[in-house]
Amino acid sequence: MKILVTAKRVEDPESKIKVDAAGKGIVKEGLKYKINPFDEIAVEEALRLVAKHPGDVVAVSIGGKEVHEQLRHALAMGATKAVWVNHEGPLDQMGVAGLLKKIVEKEKPDLVILGKQSIDDDQNQVGQYLAEWLGWGQATFASKADSLDSENEKNKVPGVIVGDGAKTIDVIREVDGGLNRLQLTLPAVVTTDLRLNQPRYASLPGIMKAKSKPLEELNPAGLGVDVAPKITVTKLSMPPARKAGIKVADVPTLVTKLKTEAKVI
Amino acid sequence: MPTVLVVVEAQPDGKLKKATLNAITAARALGDVHAVVLAKDATALAAEVKDYVKVVHAGSAAHVEHYLAETWAPAVAEVAKAISAEWVGAAATQQGRDLMPRVAAKLNAAMASDIMAVNGTTLTRPMWAGAVIAEVTLSTPVKAFTVRTTEFALAEKAGGAGEVKAFAPAPVTSPTKFVEFKEVKSARPELTEARIVVSGGRGTKGDFKEVEALADELGAAVGASRAVCDAGWQPNDLQVGQTGKVVAPSLYVAAGISGAIQHLAGMKGSKTIVAINKDGEAPIFQVADYGLVADLFKALPELRAAIKAAK
Ligand SMILES: Cc1cc2nc3c(=O)[nH]c(=O)nc-3n(C[C@H](O)[C@H](O)[C@H](O)COP(=O)(O)OP(=O)(O)OC[C@H]3O[C@@H](n4cnc5c(N)ncnc54)[C@H](O)[C@@H]3O)c2cc1C
Repeated sequence: MKILVTAKRVEDPESKIKVDAAGKGIVKEGLKYKINPFDEIAVEEALRLVAKHPGDVVAVSIGGKEVHEQLRHALAMGATKAVWVNHEGPLDQMGVAGLLKKIVEKEKPDLVILGKQSIDDDQNQVGQYLAEWLGWGQATFASKADSLDSENEKNKVPGVIVGDGAKTIDVIREVDGGLNRLQLTLPAVVTTDLRLNQPRYASLPGIMKAKSKPLEELNPAGLGVDVAPKITVTKLSMPPARKAGIKVADVPTLVTKLKTEAKVI
Repeated sequence: MPTVLVVVEAQPDGKLKKATLNAITAARALGDVHAVVLAKDATALAAEVKDYVKVVHAGSAAHVEHYLAETWAPAVAEVAKAISAEWVGAAATQQGRDLMPRVAAKLNAAMASDIMAVNGTTLTRPMWAGAVIAEVTLSTPVKAFTVRTTEFALAEKAGGAGEVKAFAPAPVTSPTKFVEFKEVKSARPELTEARIVVSGGRGTKGDFKEVEALADELGAAVGASRAVCDAGWQPNDLQVGQTGKVVAPSLYVAAGISGAIQHLAGMKGSKTIVAINKDGEAPIFQVADYGLVADLFKALPELRAAIKAAK
């Protein structure tokens, strides 16, 4: 089974994000960068699947040279090959999906696994655009029946269930009010939710091996994709802070405040 | 006035999901609102919606009975084209999040997710777990959006009922099949619609008895942090936060939750926030109106008793 995964570079989810004085961007000083946590789950799922259904895992990242860090991370986890789309400047979800479509047409994977959202833009769109433009089925918010504390998780059992002859997959999805199970004909697009798996750490031998794994360079013009953004961010700001509250000494005081001050009970 | 098409969502029982009415309020700020209902038989749901919009497009067909992006997106796009909609949107529920980008892709529309405000054609939306608020404009002829329901009131009925236009969605062959929906049934109110939410975090160590007992005393919904859902202590569906549900009840009680930005992203719009945490330095206290530094296993039963007594 050949699987294509994404490895977007994003700010560490632990970082404190601040808007710059001009309201045009965020303050970059002191920020650390990581692979988008949902993409890391995608890489992990792909590795678990190819452990049972041998094949390549191709990791794609779009950005300047710094995204090599995220591609090397995916390779160190166990991906076979990296594809770097060299692009500086703004890029929206249609741009990303357009580029991924071209790469899918080149690489011909059986499955594309992406994060359901990236934790910077929080748009939650690319997988769905890609699936539609490819004419493929989509299973967003992939999860599984077992928890992350389960035996199956310890044994690195994939959440995506591959059907006989690897013609279909079953995916359990996080939806409102419960879990939904879909059966998709391959090739297909899956986007990951938090409970799909717990990504592995890259091992030291993995990190060493990653250095010699292939990293192909592409660019939007070469792929024939116009990535001029259709979404313009006109202004960034920080939300107003909540007004400072108080600490109450005990439960009776809390109840009095809730009744007489906040009037919520 | 531009035409705006809103996709109507049903509850598991087939009745109108309230979130759709929040989406209609947002849509009214953009233009004349039409709605599209898709069901095996769309008549009843269309009748529920018609008082809120100008026209309801009621698409009845067997192949749209169980929601699937693959079968719904073509039907929504078909209506959008037929009425020359400039905007197409839905509530930012799991269904809306799954569907709208696929509809947008069909219409070559750019999309803004989770919009919080509309000002002319400028949309406001959160980024970086709500640490940043962005104003965006979309430059494609057709534009798509999902609506953060907590930021828009439920729509009032428009004066005079709208027109219902039945249509038959064109058949599609979907590469995806619906297998099943395992509903997590709960007697408590829906998390996103509840007036009061009591949430537990890792501090509960998985013991939700006291969280649930307080919720029941208050007629509240139960929520959870990611740590709780990851451990399988509570259904995933109860996760509040950046990548889960966004709630804005009049009272939010956070017990044993540290207050990571990803959690705050889903509840800091609540009117009153109470935090119960044994660590006085926990970041949750920075957003809490009333903070109680205490062991939740002691404080929650006391709080329940005191509320009962105060009734
Ligand atoms: C990509 C990504 C997405 C995420 N999305 C979300 C999301 O949507 N929602 C979300 O919630 N999180 C999300 N997170 C996780 C988030 O960063 C935190 O890890 C999580 O919210 C922590 O959960 P918690 O507060 O329950 O646990 P902890 O941070 O471990 O806090 C437990 C708290 O309980 C207190 N405590 C312990 N025992 C007691 C006791 N007996 N009485 C009282 N207090 C006690 C402790 O003092 C502590 O403050 C996300 C993270 C990432 C990376």
